[in-house]
Amino acid sequence: MTIPNIVGAGLIVIGAGLGIGRIGGQAMDAIARQPEASGKIQTAMLIAAALIEGIGFAALFAA
Amino acid sequence: MQNIISRKTICLLFLMVTTFSFAKEEKHEGEGDIKTEIKEYINHHLLDSHDFSLYSYTTDSGEHKYVGFPLPVILWDNGLKVFSSSKFHHGESVAEVNGDYYTLYHNKIYKTDAQGSIDLDDHHHPTNTKPLDFSVTKNVFTIFLVGLLMFVMFSRMAKKYKTGSLPRGMGRFLEPIILYIRDDIAVPNIGVKKYKRYMPYLLTVFFFIWIINLLGLTPLGVNVTNNIAVTLALALITYFLTTFTANKNYWGHIFWMPGVPTPMKIILAPIELLGTIIKPFSLMIRLYANITAGHIVLMSIIGLMFIFKNWLGSSLSFGLAFALSLLELLVAALQAYIFTMLSALYFGMAVEEHHDEH
Repeated sequence: MTIPNIVGAGLIVIGAGLGIGRIGGQAMDAIARQPEASGKIQTAMLIAAALIEGIGFAALFAA
Repeated sequence: MQNIISRKTICLLFLMVTTFSFAKEEKHEGEGDIKTEIKEYINHHLLDSHDFSLYSYTTDSGEHKYVGFPLPVILWDNGLKVFSSSKFHHGESVAEVNGDYYTLYHNKIYKTDAQGSIDLDDHHHPTNTKPLDFSVTKNVFTIFLVGLLMFVMFSRMAKKYKTGSLPRGMGRFLEPIILYIRDDIAVPNIGVKKYKRYMPYLLTVFFFIWIINLLGLTPLGVNVTNNIAVTLALALITYFLTTFTANKNYWGHIFWMPGVPTPMKIILAPIELLGTIIKPFSLMIRLYANITAGHIVLMSIIGLMFIFKNWLGSSLSFGLAFALSLLELLVAALQAYIFTMLSALYFGMAVEEHHDEH
């Protein structure tokens, strides 16, 4: 691992963390607003989080 | 609030104390040895191997003892060659088969001479010829085992439904999960009319990934889904199923996106075509990377216990390892769920009927 690699990996983690954090937070908001739709919201949240995670991992492998 | 803050301070203090003791320990002699040993152990754990060894130890006389059993090695090298992996003695000796010599180097089989010499190039890659390896390795063995387990489990379960509609035994645990996959994964994503075709695959892939991930958390030390070849095969099945069951509407959306101007259609076609490959690719990477990362982190934290060597640090890393194991239990199920979910989503895209919004 060289320094650019480590910095890149850190940036990826920051980006992915912000993205997934935002998804989670917004899903919480949505569930608070419409508790009866929590099942559907959770599913959509997991899919979106998984997509970001996939890109994050792909970038981590490149770094 | 104050309570939380004070608790946090205590945690921080604990962490600092262990860091200091860690820094002090580092100066001791032999400390570097255990670190490289742990690193090597983790790297070894992540690789596939030609024998199923549960654990190994060194006797007082300096002899390495392995507990486990060997697996068959099947090579194609000017003809089929089958022999037991016990001939390698865990990489410590050269196997001789009908006048040809083979040796293990980083768990891969290379052709060699009677002395077992390995030539390395500038990048430390061996230049010896590699025979085609069709061996039943640890991963292959585990896949067979899980396949057999699932076959016995589910065929027994299915038989019981013939005598009555109430589930019995294992069925009581598995029926809700199967119904969940049908009602919450397959039907909403694929549609009521067409979901039945895909149910066998979705159920199989869900339980396969789940069981094999759970096996990876047992002390057996198997880790199949952190082999990228296995996840590649799983993702390829999803890809082929999507491609071969897709209807006209799906291909229409890829090559000639309806409802956009013609120049845009030309730009979109290659992007959409690339998208069909990126989807299974991300399935492959996600499963592989999640399980690999989980195993590395878990084993590093377990390894920390042996580096700290004091009651505070070791018990802290023990607690951390325990908590992380619980998290890994969740990840094992979650990754199986996400793989199934996204597969269902892709199948749904492939069989979606034409509708007028576009």
